[in-house]
Amino acid sequence: MLELQNICFSAMTEENTEKEILNDVSLKFDKGFSVITGPNGGGKSTLAKVIAGIYRPTSGKILLDGEDITDLSITERAQKGISFAFQQPVRFKGITVKDIISIAAGKTLSVSQVCTYLAEVGLCARDYINREINASLSGGELKRIEIATVLARSTKLSLFDEPEAGIDLWSFNSLIKVFEKMRETIRGNIIIISHQERILNIADRIVVLSAGKVDREGTKEEILPSIVGTSACKTLQAHMN
Amino acid sequence: MDEIEKKLLSEVADLHGVPEGAYNIRENGKSVGRASTENIQIVTKTEEGKSGIDIIIKPGTKNESVHIPVILSKTGLKETVYNDFYIGEGADVVIIAGCGIHNCGVQTSEHSGVHTFYVGKNAKIRYVEKHYGEGDGNGENVMNPTTVIHIEDGGSMEMETTQIKGIDSTARVTRATMGAGASLVIKEKIYTHGKQLAKTDFSVDVNGEDSSVNLISRSVAAENSHQEFVANINGNTRCHGHSECDALIMDHGTVTALPALTANSIDAELVHEAAIGKIAGEQLVKLMTLGLTEKQAEEQIIKGFLS
Repeated sequence: MLELQNICFSAMTEENTEKEILNDVSLKFDKGFSVITGPNGGGKSTLAKVIAGIYRPTSGKILLDGEDITDLSITERAQKGISFAFQQPVRFKGITVKDIISIAAGKTLSVSQVCTYLAEVGLCARDYINREINASLSGGELKRIEIATVLARSTKLSLFDEPEAGIDLWSFNSLIKVFEKMRETIRGNIIIISHQERILNIADRIVVLSAGKVDREGTKEEILPSIVGTSACKTLQAHMN
Repeated sequence: MDEIEKKLLSEVADLHGVPEGAYNIRENGKSVGRASTENIQIVTKTEEGKSGIDIIIKPGTKNESVHIPVILSKTGLKETVYNDFYIGEGADVVIIAGCGIHNCGVQTSEHSGVHTFYVGKNAKIRYVEKHYGEGDGNGENVMNPTTVIHIEDGGSMEMETTQIKGIDSTARVTRATMGAGASLVIKEKIYTHGKQLAKTDFSVDVNGEDSSVNLISRSVAAENSHQEFVANINGNTRCHGHSECDALIMDHGTVTALPALTANSIDAELVHEAAIGKIAGEQLVKLMTLGLTEKQAEEQIIKGFLS
């Protein structure tokens, strides 16, 4: 279980003033499928980075299965079982799809093992296995490879930052299927940051983060009706616009 | 051959013994093993004051390889070697060269190899060279490879040149002229560290119509090392030319890139790209979220970049 206790995070703005991005956020994530939504600038991505250890909270505590991990590095948190799929997948010159999935799995994988992970995210493995993770891949392809790295790690906590961002309609539809499948076969704790109605629809639990605070949280049935049609819950049409 | 020499041989030529096909192994200034084949003759140069060999490949030779590694294990040895390659019309061969220095003394060891390639009409060669140095003394390892390439009409050459470790100072000069429909691809990989200095200087005269040249350099300058990359492509006719220098700098490493293009014909199409910068922070963060330490992440990024 992941527990956030009174998390605050401030950053310096360009005008050199301190801006509060997260203000006293306390949340518990148990096993299951949670979606964090809310308007842009509400602090969602910042919260994900605080959980992954990329940002250190200004105050507050983060507990993973009861252990205080607030002061642990990105690497230490990864080793304790936190995986993070970036909103903007990172490109690498010379590192291939097979390399990155092997790094994620923590061991050298055979071609057929890498293929299994790629197939899960809807990529035809043979076409991709030796491709470099560079600009020759489309946004949707990079996104799916990013998700495959999280699957290959198969940790107790998987965190996805706006998996729908920057991808085309066709890729989005197949991405939804990946999450639906993950929802069915779920074992660990999955947290997705998303505005997408179709992703919110498969959530066990929804958290609405607004202006750095937890605005509402509850089951899908409790929360979804109140946010449909707002910026916290975009339909596919709105997403594509 | 002792263990040090065997190790050098495996580093520069991936050889664990006597290679198949034609070969010449030069050790501390002398040829210690040689074989010619029916199609590939290796002969000692007879010119006064010029040490080296001629490699003569018969027209039409296919699927054969030539290994010509050089190793230096005596400290303070300085030599200049001239190797000339005559690749006959329509041949298709692989040539593997390489130089390894083990210097545990205090004097400078220096190897300057001048390789000249005469690539015949419609011939195709792949040329691979690796440069490697090691040693626990204070003596410097210096290597100055010069490569001169003449490609006749329809010929093609792909050259891979790699310097990964242990060369304190290197000036790498490549000159090429190209006939009609000829193609030249050069891929260079260099990693420097300590106080090493590496200079690369390419100059290609693209003289033949519809010929193309592509120079690709990837380098990493770590610690206090310095690298210079100079590439001149002279498009003298209807042709394609491309050069690319991509350098990663670390610690206090410095890099200068000077790509130059000269179009002497209205139909010459020439492009250059040069990029220098440190490892992107987000690349390190991404690999750290996969469980690597910062140091391991850095190693993976460099390994990929130079692969």
